[in-house]
Amino acid sequence: MNAVTTADAGAAGLGAAGPLQVQADRGFRAKHGRTTIVWAWRVGLLVALVAVWQVLSGPVLDPQYVSSPQGIWERLAGWTADGTLWTNTWITIQEIVLGFLLGAGAGAVLAYLIAPIRVVWAILDPYVMALYAIPKVALAPLFIVWFGIGTDMKVLLAAVSVFFLVFINTAAGVHQVDSALIDAVRLMNGSRRDIALKVVLPASMTGLLTGLRVSIPYALIGAVIGELVASNRGLGFLISDSSAKFDTDGVFATLLVLSIIAMVLNGLVGLIDARTSRWKPLDA
Amino acid sequence: MIASTATHPAAPGTDADGVLEVRDLAKYFAKGDQDLVALREFSITVRPGQFLVLLGRSGCGKSTLLNLMAGLTRPTAGQILYRGTAMSGPSTEIGYLTQHDTLMPWRDVTRNVEMPRELRGEGKKSRRKEAQRLIELVGLKGFEHHFPRELSGGMRRRASLARMLASDPETLLLDEPFGALDAQLRTELQGELLRLWQGTGRTVVFVTHDIEEALLLADRVVVLGPVGSVLLDVDVDLNRPRDPDEVRVDSRFVALHKSLSAALKEGAR
Ligand SMILES: Nc1ncnc2c1ncn2[C@@H]1O[C@H](COP(=O)(O)OP(=O)(O)O)[C@@H](O)[C@H]1O
Ligand SMILES: [Mg+2]
Repeated sequence: MNAVTTADAGAAGLGAAGPLQVQADRGFRAKHGRTTIVWAWRVGLLVALVAVWQVLSGPVLDPQYVSSPQGIWERLAGWTADGTLWTNTWITIQEIVLGFLLGAGAGAVLAYLIAPIRVVWAILDPYVMALYAIPKVALAPLFIVWFGIGTDMKVLLAAVSVFFLVFINTAAGVHQVDSALIDAVRLMNGSRRDIALKVVLPASMTGLLTGLRVSIPYALIGAVIGELVASNRGLGFLISDSSAKFDTDGVFATLLVLSIIAMVLNGLVGLIDARTSRWKPLDA
Repeated sequence: MIASTATHPAAPGTDADGVLEVRDLAKYFAKGDQDLVALREFSITVRPGQFLVLLGRSGCGKSTLLNLMAGLTRPTAGQILYRGTAMSGPSTEIGYLTQHDTLMPWRDVTRNVEMPRELRGEGKKSRRKEAQRLIELVGLKGFEHHFPRELSGGMRRRASLARMLASDPETLLLDEPFGALDAQLRTELQGELLRLWQGTGRTVVFVTHDIEEALLLADRVVVLGPVGSVLLDVDVDLNRPRDPDEVRVDSRFVALHKSLSAALKEGAR
């Protein structure tokens, strides 16, 4: 690694001002070597797995039960051609997004309204935790009674799962705000509004983002469970419909699509993480 | 580098005797069924323009006292008068550099330093300019856009100092401000602080546990014992500027050092 000095950054003002900042001249290997290796292995592993699966299915594995890459591929091609795949995927994606927005919005707003008032929070806390602990699948029958078997019920099932995670994490973020920072604003003669907007809000942002991060997969889970329980559209419906017809290829093809959606959602999570990491831990 | 701030004369009609008058102050902290006494029957008068150093071992209530003087906490008993009126809360006339850093971790140095003026409603351009001046004053030029976690402890201290100065306070409360810094940096910042104080009429209350630091800076040193008892109250009549290397061999310095050290030991028993 060659380092080329560009400026003695610490020379201004008092001596020993700080670290020297130099331009680093790193090659492709130093910068991307590890990432390349990791990706090469990921792709290799996938290809190997698919190849073994394909070779074994037929002679060793019964495609009736575990399908086969070729079968999945043919099913996906068929569904793509007749539009089944896209219409159902689109419905599920809409449910996920709507459910997430609804749950996250409500969770964040309510957390900011309730969490700062300690007494109210203390009163509500056990009830919130009890509701949070209910498996959301258990709500599905009730939601069917209330909202029918349309998309509303799936959206709300996704929203409920997201709501509690965002609400609880945001509230924790609000409660973990360092009181010394609030004191700092009080010393500047800051108003309650200043404290709320310039300390509590940014300080609790990590809690909110944690909530958003962990709840994204639950939006997917909520929507798909809703579809599995009762529906005639969506990826969850495709799974239950295919399995009812002993169509293992169809089940696996849908699972593959769901995994791809999950991976995309995890990618979004990664973006949220990158956004917050610069200032997050002080003295950590 | 002399601070461009105008002098702060004592407001007319107030008690010119003391900027800060502390009377029979007590602070208890509830701890289960009992009260923990952090401070008891503490009285002191800080004269305008004075550089007062409070010297005491850790745990004797120094930070508790400064929190009270800054108006952050309410006393259990007694009162504090600032320019003749009882304090009811924090005031921008009093700048307080707390023992631990309280920079906002999500703001870079510039946005931290300009914060007091931002809350005051000052325009972006002028507060940025002032922030830049203060950042250069404390020697952080080149680090304007670093976040607190990207700075060393000493640099954070300096950023905190700059932020405190941004509200242009006439009284400075400093709680072991240079405690965690290396000797070199410490000397530099002590010099900077003296320049900020001298000739501006500002009053300084400086807390430390270091006898030498006390003697280098103070007009007056008050040695605190357990629960804020005053063990010694002396004026330091050493000539300024006090060169850290030369003043150490001054016979008055040596004598004061001895008596302060003895007082601290006395308090430990
Ligand atoms: N918020 C608090 N709650 C309970 N006890 C406290 C609190 N702040 C300080 N104390 C106690 O008061 C005493 C004095 O503390 P402090 O003023 O921080 O001492 P110093 O700054 O001189 O080291 C200590 O015994 C400490 O444990
Ligand atoms: Mg202390």
